[in-house]
Amino acid sequence: MDFDLSEEQQLLQDSVTRLMADRYEFERRKEYAKSAEGFSLPLWRQYAELGVLGLPFDEAHGGIGDDGVGTMIVMQAFGRALALEPYLATVVLGGGLIQHAGNAQQRDDILPKIADGTLRLAFAQTERQTRYNLADVKATAKKAGASWVIDGEKSLVLHGDSADKLIVVARTSGAQRDEKGLSLFLVDAQTAGVSRRGYPTQDGQRAAEISFSQVALPESAAIGDIDAAFPVIDRVVDEARAALCADAVGAMDAMHALTVEYLKTRKQFGATIGSFQALQHRAVDMFVAVEQARSMAMLAAMTARDEDAEVRRKSVAAAKVQIGRSGKFVGEQAVQLHGGVGMTMELKVGHYFKRVTMIDTLFGDADHHLARLADAGGLI
Amino acid sequence: MDLRFTDEEIAFRKEMRAFFDSALPKDIRTKMEEGRSLVKDDIVTWQRILNAKGWATPFWPVEYGGTGWSPMQQYIFLEEMQATPAPQPLQFGVNMVGPVIYTFAKEEQKAHFLPRIRNIDDWWCQGFSEPGAGSDLASLKTTAKRDGDHYVVNGQKTWTTLAQYADWIFCLVRTDPNAAKRQEGISFLLIDMKTKGITVRPIQTIDGGREVNEVFFDDVRVPVKNLVGQENKGWDYAKFLLGNERIGIARIGMSKHRIHRIKELAAQEFDGERPIIDNPRFREKLAAVEIELKALEMTQLRVVAAEGKREKGRPDPASSILKIKGSEIQQATTELLMDVVGPYALPYQTDQDVGWNEPPVGPDWAGPIAPTYFNYRKVSIYGGSNEIQKNIIAKAILGL
Repeated sequence: MDFDLSEEQQLLQDSVTRLMADRYEFERRKEYAKSAEGFSLPLWRQYAELGVLGLPFDEAHGGIGDDGVGTMIVMQAFGRALALEPYLATVVLGGGLIQHAGNAQQRDDILPKIADGTLRLAFAQTERQTRYNLADVKATAKKAGASWVIDGEKSLVLHGDSADKLIVVARTSGAQRDEKGLSLFLVDAQTAGVSRRGYPTQDGQRAAEISFSQVALPESAAIGDIDAAFPVIDRVVDEARAALCADAVGAMDAMHALTVEYLKTRKQFGATIGSFQALQHRAVDMFVAVEQARSMAMLAAMTARDEDAEVRRKSVAAAKVQIGRSGKFVGEQAVQLHGGVGMTMELKVGHYFKRVTMIDTLFGDADHHLARLADAGGLI
Repeated sequence: MDLRFTDEEIAFRKEMRAFFDSALPKDIRTKMEEGRSLVKDDIVTWQRILNAKGWATPFWPVEYGGTGWSPMQQYIFLEEMQATPAPQPLQFGVNMVGPVIYTFAKEEQKAHFLPRIRNIDDWWCQGFSEPGAGSDLASLKTTAKRDGDHYVVNGQKTWTTLAQYADWIFCLVRTDPNAAKRQEGISFLLIDMKTKGITVRPIQTIDGGREVNEVFFDDVRVPVKNLVGQENKGWDYAKFLLGNERIGIARIGMSKHRIHRIKELAAQEFDGERPIIDNPRFREKLAAVEIELKALEMTQLRVVAAEGKREKGRPDPASSILKIKGSEIQQATTELLMDVVGPYALPYQTDQDVGWNEPPVGPDWAGPIAPTYFNYRKVSIYGGSNEIQKNIIAKAILGL
């Protein structure tokens, strides 16, 4: 067991951290958010140059075959910077689905383009009724001659408005909540019958409502085996959850550091407020919450690719609970200890709070995963 | 970074588990599993089994009878021992006074005391706290006045765990009442409990147990050769002692055992048609504790992995997290057992006081559950209360 970063991992951390420090100053982030895509395209290309966009792919596809730790390192740095780029949507979700479910042709076609920054993906899974049940899918794909025809409404598609291609979950058989009967399709966002409505999210990112009306696709658009997509969706979403845990830890780290700094500088009653024990203990409670979250984010990063699906599911669910609870506590207290200024858009701390709050709602909140874990007989 | 245990670590764990399973006497194991009190003989018997194997003091330097294990191996040893569940060797000797002796004491003190600590030939107790000196330990008042080749000790210690069994007590005493700083006039003294003038009076705790005591010193004459290190430097040795117990303080293995026990009992105790374990609300409470425990285990492993890289004798301030969270989780497991036992928490059927020789009221495992819950309120108080731990983190880590 070893918690030290390898030389390559250290290098990755240093270079991403440096890039974010140089290019993600808070005022600049506001500019990125105002652009048409809602993030920085020039930075996206720089991520590609750093090798970050191909991290989990094998070398033949422009990657370095990361086992999860690299993704954790990158996501923590992104979390600290409140990065807006569609890394989760494109690399972790889109790339993950192609990597694990795609055939050789699809992997050869798509993964190198993700890695070199020329192709961005989004994962169209959630529907109005879905909440956190990955199997709850009404959208259909029906065979018509040599084509697949997709109909349905997808919701809350992260970065769906700017993606070049969408990976759509559609039902090819079975009832609405059956795990069996789900299939994946790769759809060019410009295909006739696809209409998208993009909008900003609470945490400054982007998402889209996407409707599919009689969208005709060639047979080759199917990714993986028909009717059998659920296990791979489950797996890739676990990888995304692990990545979000790391993202949240980066945000919590930053919030906690800002708060401690504020306690050391803000004066009231003739003293720095950090000299008051009530506030010191609150800052310590935050610290403990962050460290517990960091521990679980590490566990999630290491087990998200575990071959044993049971181990993977339980560890990731547990991590998501911990991150949800720690994030809520650290975020709320960071605002509280900043007092009035913590409430303002001008200060970064509130933006971190919003980010961790939204992360909890992505792919199952703390209550959802706690119930899941409890039903599965626990962790110990 | 690789969170998998190495093949060597896995093999080591197996070796530990196999030994504990076969070597722990059955009656002691049963008491541990059921949460019943151990008597002196149980602790002595087990520590001597460990010592015969060379494992009573695995953390000590090899020259004093340690094993030379890595911090990770030490952690695995402790976790497996707790999870068996087996008692730990007597901490007052093994983890507290032992390291102080081999680090600061004279050669003849080492030669005399260390082998006896390993084999628990001497039962040690700790004389730090006083009625007016709890978290504020430096305000202690017990005095030791030099009289020829003796110190004459007067005063009172309290919360002295298992002093009723003790052969020796290590004490912080004030040798210089005029020192500029309170911390500077304190010495570290080893005192034979059979010395004239020592009185031990038990304190009964809210669970009904009598594990702690008051110890009174009335003109107790202690040979000067029983001073450890230098006179008036005792505070340094005490700080060393208090910072010394890091690995195992979170008691992860013990809490894991408790979780298994809770699941086992919650599966056999029914509420109407269904066992308690099938009550979603209970199950979620339990799962929440399991998650906290898993997170703490990872945090503990991070501290252990960093242990070898740290400057010797400088504890990781993160170990304060282990104390805070570890105690909270231990308490949470006792609360879950209260949930399981339900109304049969009520009968007071203790075996510690007047004895209980009647048939059990309710399920035969119910007896110790409420007392354990009451008793475990101590774990967030002793060894530096959790509020003190927060003061330490605020200062040492956050710089507040």
